[in-house]
Amino acid sequence: MRTREAFIAAVHALVEEFKTSGRIVIVGASLAGLRAAEALRAEGFRGHLTIIGDEPYEPYDRPPLSKQVLEGWVPADHTTLPHQRAIDAEWRLGVAATGLDRAAKVVRLANGEEVPYDRLLIATGVRARPWFHPAEAALDGVFTIRTRDDAAGLQQALAAGPARVLIIGAGFIGSEVASVCRELGLAVTVVERGPAPLVGALGGVIGAIAAAMQRDHGVDLRTGVGVTSLVGDAGGHVRRAQLSDGSTVDADVVVASLGSIRNTEWLEGAGLAAGRWGVGCDAGCRAFDINGVVTDSIYVAGDIARSPHVLYEYQFLAMEHWDNAVVGAEVAAHNMVSLEPDRWAHLLLPGFWSGQFGVNIKSVGVPPFGDEIVFTQGSITERRFAAAYGRRGRLVAAVTFNHGKWLPYYAALIERSAPFPPPPPGFDQPGDMQPVPAEFPDPSVPTAMPEVVLTGHDPSERRAEVRAPRR
Amino acid sequence: MAEETPWQQALTYANRANPYPFYAELRKTPVSRQPDGSYVVSTYREIVTLLQDPRVSSDLRNRPQAAAAEPMSEPTTAYVRAPSVLTMDPPDHDRVRRALMRHFGPPHAPDLVSSQEPEIQRIVASLLDNCKGKTRIDAVDAFAYPLPVTVICEVLGVPREDAPRFHAWIEAVMDAMDLGPEAASAEQQHRRELGHQGFQQLEEYMTGLVDRYARQPGPGMLSAMVNDRADERLAPGELVSNAMLLLFAGHETTVNLIAHSVLTLLRHPDALAQLRRRPALIVPGVEEFLRFESSVQFWPGRTALADIEIAETTIPKGAPIILVYASGNRDPHRFTNPDAVDLARANNEHLGYSHGIHLCFGGPLARLEVQVAVGEFVRRVENPRLVVDPPPYRRNQVFRGPRHVLVDIDGIRD
Repeated sequence: MRTREAFIAAVHALVEEFKTSGRIVIVGASLAGLRAAEALRAEGFRGHLTIIGDEPYEPYDRPPLSKQVLEGWVPADHTTLPHQRAIDAEWRLGVAATGLDRAAKVVRLANGEEVPYDRLLIATGVRARPWFHPAEAALDGVFTIRTRDDAAGLQQALAAGPARVLIIGAGFIGSEVASVCRELGLAVTVVERGPAPLVGALGGVIGAIAAAMQRDHGVDLRTGVGVTSLVGDAGGHVRRAQLSDGSTVDADVVVASLGSIRNTEWLEGAGLAAGRWGVGCDAGCRAFDINGVVTDSIYVAGDIARSPHVLYEYQFLAMEHWDNAVVGAEVAAHNMVSLEPDRWAHLLLPGFWSGQFGVNIKSVGVPPFGDEIVFTQGSITERRFAAAYGRRGRLVAAVTFNHGKWLPYYAALIERSAPFPPPPPGFDQPGDMQPVPAEFPDPSVPTAMPEVVLTGHDPSERRAEVRAPRR
Repeated sequence: MAEETPWQQALTYANRANPYPFYAELRKTPVSRQPDGSYVVSTYREIVTLLQDPRVSSDLRNRPQAAAAEPMSEPTTAYVRAPSVLTMDPPDHDRVRRALMRHFGPPHAPDLVSSQEPEIQRIVASLLDNCKGKTRIDAVDAFAYPLPVTVICEVLGVPREDAPRFHAWIEAVMDAMDLGPEAASAEQQHRRELGHQGFQQLEEYMTGLVDRYARQPGPGMLSAMVNDRADERLAPGELVSNAMLLLFAGHETTVNLIAHSVLTLLRHPDALAQLRRRPALIVPGVEEFLRFESSVQFWPGRTALADIEIAETTIPKGAPIILVYASGNRDPHRFTNPDAVDLARANNEHLGYSHGIHLCFGGPLARLEVQVAVGEFVRRVENPRLVVDPPPYRRNQVFRGPRHVLVDIDGIRD
């Protein structure tokens, strides 16, 4: 028994030593990186903490960038996130991480430096998907929104009073920008390839309501059409867009809101399960290597993390939401300085919000996981309602328009895997409470060849390798 | 007579100073059917679940069979024709709440609460100045009561000099409410009669005030609501019932919270000393006081609109539901060491302001008042000592609070 006790004591001493003098590196200086740093200190980590970020700014809050900042209400540089506690970290801001050497346990930086770690947190998030044509994307007046600088630039362009703003893509960002434009009294055209706004996130039934909201507010919404090219003037300023239906739109400001790209390029060659889909990790935020084996020293949090979710048939979900960054960071931080069985699971019920056209939209669960939708409370015509999403008789998500106070009810039902449709409310029933197809686009058709192949036969040799790119 | 249930015991006046042991007994059966067919819910999780459930109504008209026999369960609706926002369901509830909020909070009146702070500071300072030279004060009459009543008069535009009158009416209404085993006593029947009269007088008074503002606009929320030209305006009857609610709820609960905060600190010298060392703790501290001694102990006005399965019980359609917030706030499955006072308690999502669509409308104003009042009391009052413990309590079970809190003091600092 003495040796067993001595062993346990030695393990605890190791943990204490790590907490006292270990080195933790966080790559990514946004919400997840900041909250992880704070949580590490709160967990009693007293060792060396380095935070690496490619932007020159301290962590700032992104949700206002497509709303209050564009309205001109909040300056872009007033979005710095408040610190919840002292972090005492070494900040490496304005220098990107460009590589990871897992054998040497160092992060390589763009300036050639190497930063050693004992434990690493990957929180590099996503960036805006740029307009596909680089020369057109470089025209003056063409914007994407992800960063503080993006938002500051677009705010100025909107404040200058352009004759028309063109928004390409009617997801949440595009729709929010369209809403701000209308509030500023600007003419705005929204071009969306799909049948309606917000269809990817909330399905076609809700999308139709979002489309009506846009049109009621004077947005020139064109669906089922794409933009094929942007045309600039002699001074290099965008002036016109060609659409796939042969029409053109004259616009001085173009916002490409085409979704996001995950910042995983710096992990190439590191042998992690990293790619277009993000960085795979377990529900305890530990990164998987390329073979799907969990690592001990590398953790993932925020938009870039993709982990299996108990409530959704253990499918790997990336949750690009604010609270996922916060809670994921806290769980990752805890697990970085804890041993089993004291590790936590990141079992967040995903949720997000948006504000557009005077309506507060909130959601819990994973709407695209559902195939049916039913309106459960309120009034669609008054644009104050709750709707629930179901899959095979089970409630999997809900969305509210100006009805957010009811969302916790649905969250609790989803957490209990309650039946779909939920029981009818006792008051304020919508007219029609029949479930209908939720009208999500076809689930992801593979858009490229798989990126990895299997090699080897003996269990000691069997592994995945990155396929050589085919040209 | 059958043995009294823990719930009936909790309602008995003799147990007003300490109903908590009976709540603990109640929590052994989270949802317990009472002999009168109502369902008492005493655990945190079940209370929150029912507060969120759109099959649970706040509209008392949904239980007509109970209305006649039911003792007055809510002062503003028992006799008045139009219900207040407190006893409405969506969509009417949402419409009325929006119409009220337009004059009280963001986005239309974002500064209303914070703009009261200088006045609150001034009132608190003068109340404590008035205690100078005294060796014994009543923390209720001299401190807890005058602040909220002055503030609510200011906010609503109710003349402060009318306070003695409406205070007496509200006292009568409060004393008339009894949901417990003593309701049938001759004494209580007499109080009910006085309460009825008090209510009518208050209603007449408020109708007169609202009419006056309709003719001649003046300062405050009432005049603003009467003269509101927005699309969603309140009907005259709605205006009067909601004005009564705001006047009543806008100070009675705050009086009890200030009194209970002082009482709690005097009973917990460690917490008092801690607050003296770290005055910023008053902010989480007020939340803890509200958890520990909830100003609204329970709410008896909800009704099941369908059979509701909860905690291995079915609450049948039509049954009254009584949500015991003060018990949920002491639920050991939700709060660590629930019977201890922890000023810095983490994740203190207590039910002191309820939860869901009926979340306390005036919460932000109450917080500010109590933070300033109790913070200054702790800073300025020298060596406060409780004279009588437990202090005498008011009769009302829902709006539970001490009638007096006598405190011996050595002096008042500047």
